[in-house]
Amino acid sequence: MRIVVDFDLCESNAVCMQIAPDIFEVRDDDFLYILDETPGEADRARVEECVQRCPKQAISIAED
Amino acid sequence: MTRAPRAVTIVGASLAGLNAAEALRREGFDGPVTLIGAESRLPYDRPPLSKQVLAGDWAPERAALTDPEELAEDGIEARLGVRATALDMAARELTLHTGETVEFDGLVIATGARCRTMPGTEGIGGVHVLRSLDDCLALRADFEATPRRVVVVGAGFIGAEVAATARGRGLDVTMVEALPTPLSRVLGDEMGEVCAEVHRDHGVDLRTAVGVERISGDGRVERVTLSDGSTVDADVVVVGIGVVPNTGWLEGSGLEVDDGVVCDASCLAADRVAAAGDVARWPNELFGETMRVEHWDNAAQQGAHAARRLLDAAVGPFTPVPWFWSDQYDRKIQLAGRVRGDDEVRVVAGSVEERRFAAIYGRAGRIVGVLGFNRPRHVMRYRALIEQRAGFDEALAAEF
Repeated sequence: MRIVVDFDLCESNAVCMQIAPDIFEVRDDDFLYILDETPGEADRARVEECVQRCPKQAISIAED
Repeated sequence: MTRAPRAVTIVGASLAGLNAAEALRREGFDGPVTLIGAESRLPYDRPPLSKQVLAGDWAPERAALTDPEELAEDGIEARLGVRATALDMAARELTLHTGETVEFDGLVIATGARCRTMPGTEGIGGVHVLRSLDDCLALRADFEATPRRVVVVGAGFIGAEVAATARGRGLDVTMVEALPTPLSRVLGDEMGEVCAEVHRDHGVDLRTAVGVERISGDGRVERVTLSDGSTVDADVVVVGIGVVPNTGWLEGSGLEVDDGVVCDASCLAADRVAAAGDVARWPNELFGETMRVEHWDNAAQQGAHAARRLLDAAVGPFTPVPWFWSDQYDRKIQLAGRVRGDDEVRVVAGSVEERRFAAIYGRAGRIVGVLGFNRPRHVMRYRALIEQRAGFDEALAAEF
């Protein structure tokens, strides 16, 4: 599982950071950083929640 | 014990309804799912309607939330352009505006809300509300006709976003607000004043503590008369004075309606009937308060929760920390929690002067809200504390 963020869509609402702060971080510059682009299967449910709850639908999961 | 539904009908094909449908499939529900929508369009996203689409930066299609292929893949049948006009709980039957009746087993009520309008403005051209994509395109067309002057009635979040977008298009804007300070009931006087200043800084002529007496013109709007007797010339008027839940069709259904469909803590309104989104009123146990929430995030989450609850009686109460964002000019304003005008407010990051700050709200020793101006990181950190029912002192001592 690889996390893909469309940074043209991302508005840094930081919803993903609240769900998975170990994977997503919005820093003081207001930009989103992916801390772990390829989390393990144990994190899938949380990442899927991030995908679903992103207000801009900017996050997706690539299976490769 | 009641059983899970064999088929689910969802009335309302916007964010809450669509999320309910998608959640049913995510949970593995394999019975029929039917989405009934009053508008003829497929579900679309509303936040861009006061911003990117209204600004002319986005084609309307970009606001789409789904497409026919995706719906077909999920086995969701969309019946669009049909409005439910009545609900018969005894017969478990819906009546549509066409006169057709439709039986249902499981039901999600997600009919949303509609804009309050100003009485007496019906026949006057150039007077708008903003809720649907059609509303947005009509307003955009009027903006593109190079009007001289825009009057926004109501300085709530919708009015404020429209004012910001209109200023971005180079239009003159007067915003009229009945309260002495905009948003004071939601954010308190101090933070409401910060919002007011942002608009004044961007050239909005903000008139506060004054009502609208009359909107008049010969066929098309020409002027707005205020309650202090003054008049403002107007080519376009946008009325943003709140919404009312769409519950008229539930009259006589036996469901309890009280400024929304009354639900239990798990979003259930009756046996195998749930409600979600702007139309649902439910007791949020996290705040010990019955609420109806008109935010994007709530519609999405509550739609999904309602679906899960229909499938599984073990799904518990819906206890979110309400959260929304509003983009105005170059500011991202976010509010999480349940804030009142008389809560204690403390700035915990940045400063009001630089318009980049986070402020937290406390009541009865607990943190109940956080407001951010370009501080998404802080808003989400404090939102987590609200969720954990943290004390106000603990929140004040926290460092993010």
